[in-house]
Amino acid sequence: MSFEKFLFYLFAALMVGAAVMVITRRNPVHSVLFLVLAFFNAAGLWMLAEAEFLAIALVLVYVGAVMVLFLFVVMMLDINLAELRAGFVRNAPVALIVAVVMMAELAVVLGPSRFGLDSYAAPSHRPADYNNTAELGMALFTQHLYAFEIAAVILLVGIVAAISLTLRRRPDTKYLDPGRQVTVKAEDRLRVIRMESEERD
Amino acid sequence: MIALSDYLIVAAILFSVSIAGIFLNRKNVLLLLMCIELVLLAVNINFIAFSHFLGDVNGQIFVFFILTVAAAEAAIGLAILVVLFRTRRTINVADLDTLKG
Repeated sequence: MSFEKFLFYLFAALMVGAAVMVITRRNPVHSVLFLVLAFFNAAGLWMLAEAEFLAIALVLVYVGAVMVLFLFVVMMLDINLAELRAGFVRNAPVALIVAVVMMAELAVVLGPSRFGLDSYAAPSHRPADYNNTAELGMALFTQHLYAFEIAAVILLVGIVAAISLTLRRRPDTKYLDPGRQVTVKAEDRLRVIRMESEERD
Repeated sequence: MIALSDYLIVAAILFSVSIAGIFLNRKNVLLLLMCIELVLLAVNINFIAFSHFLGDVNGQIFVFFILTVAAAEAAIGLAILVVLFRTRRTINVADLDTLKG
């Protein structure tokens, strides 16, 4: 077994194992942490498939940002775990049957007989000076520029939606209004008076 | 050498596991969101594998856009979840049986 194949099986096994842990853990915090592991191993698989830019983007954007967001939300919510786990055992046989049937069907279609090395020969390795980022950028900013702009708008809409959904005014909190602060004049707050000095008795 | 079918089978296993997760954790919105992320990851692996074996960079462009949309979806989903928990004090799907705000 070549080193490449060993790495593939290592990443694949860890990723599937982590995914199984995500769906079976009782504590959502553990689920998120296993999700991080699954994404990290998926990034390893992508690296083996020579998609270097996306592998790094997955680690930076997903593991670094989206999963941390998940972790924040999980830790912020004080949820009743026992109530949410109700029906877990009852649903388990159905879930198992559905998963196994779907897996078997997909394996029949996607198995080595149709998508093996005979039908799709393994591509030769890219030369050492091949730049995946440059090629991706070239395709992105010429052929797919319009879609790229739409993606940017989607992200903007996402930001606006997330902030406007969670923004709330709490009347009981004490806060400073900078607009009123800067308009305050000295004579509103301070009165200078002139008075005679008094005799000490 | 790693065959295309190896990537496809791994992605299929990941997809099946996440669908089973949706069945298992159908009361917990948080876990449902995580399972959707796993489904999208399985699809992305397919795109990357085909892009590698067909020598076409357009598959990676698709993955780029899927990642973008999935990130926006996760952010909005979690925002909705936070608002939901603030008003109802629960994220149990079974308790969310009214459209009233």
